[in-house]
Amino acid sequence: MEKKTKVLAEEGKQELDIIREFDLPVDLLFRAYVEPELLEQWMGTKVLKLENKKHGGYQFETTDPKGNRHGFSGAIHEFIPNERITRTFEMENASFGVQLELLRFEPTEGGRSKLTMHVVYESVGLRDEMLKLPFEWGVNMAHNRLEEVAGKLR
Amino acid sequence: MNLRRDVFQAIADPTRRAILVLVATQSMTAGAIAANFDTARPTVSKHLQILIECELLTQEQSGREIHYHLNAKKMKEIADFIEPFRDMWDERFNKLEEVMKKYKSKK
Repeated sequence: MEKKTKVLAEEGKQELDIIREFDLPVDLLFRAYVEPELLEQWMGTKVLKLENKKHGGYQFETTDPKGNRHGFSGAIHEFIPNERITRTFEMENASFGVQLELLRFEPTEGGRSKLTMHVVYESVGLRDEMLKLPFEWGVNMAHNRLEEVAGKLR
Repeated sequence: MNLRRDVFQAIADPTRRAILVLVATQSMTAGAIAANFDTARPTVSKHLQILIECELLTQEQSGREIHYHLNAKKMKEIADFIEPFRDMWDERFNKLEEVMKKYKSKK
């Protein structure tokens, strides 16, 4: 299946853009970001706190397959319904630092919508590490699967 | 990981990216590649050298001429590296779309 999401990450920069067009009107796309029960469904996280307003904050939590809990949190700097959310994002107890996320929501033709997520990291190195994470997860998962298979053979 | 970083540095430069695009369709000599740029020939040679060191280009001697080829395998490695990050977001956003379509029909 063709991927609808674009990732623009120029080498040597501490930022990147994630762009996606949705087959949803902009108000529905925006709602997916503000209603805790909807957010929980698509993000796969528990929403502990979500204050959709300037000076507000949010706190999410995920539980990994081993039962370890991971917290994510940030402060909301700008909140304009159906247009923008500007917030910080931080993985708690991790060494990735804090990142600035500028989310821009816009309607496009035919009742569709577009989201542009501009993410600024603390440094070029940290951005690259974040970029590599899913790649490394993939490698780890492959290793784990190999170990599982190897374990069964023993 | 060092090698990967070098590859990324190699494709960071716009001239080097343009060279890769040029040779993607057909192998070319250094002269033919340089003819596409306003930059001085030695500058283009330097870019070619970097691309060869990173294994993005390979050289092939044919008679008196040296042709430059794109190393498709190496290019794929670069794509593979960003691809999992893109996949993660693509899957997440597909889920968002799915959740919101259901939500819409329930209303």
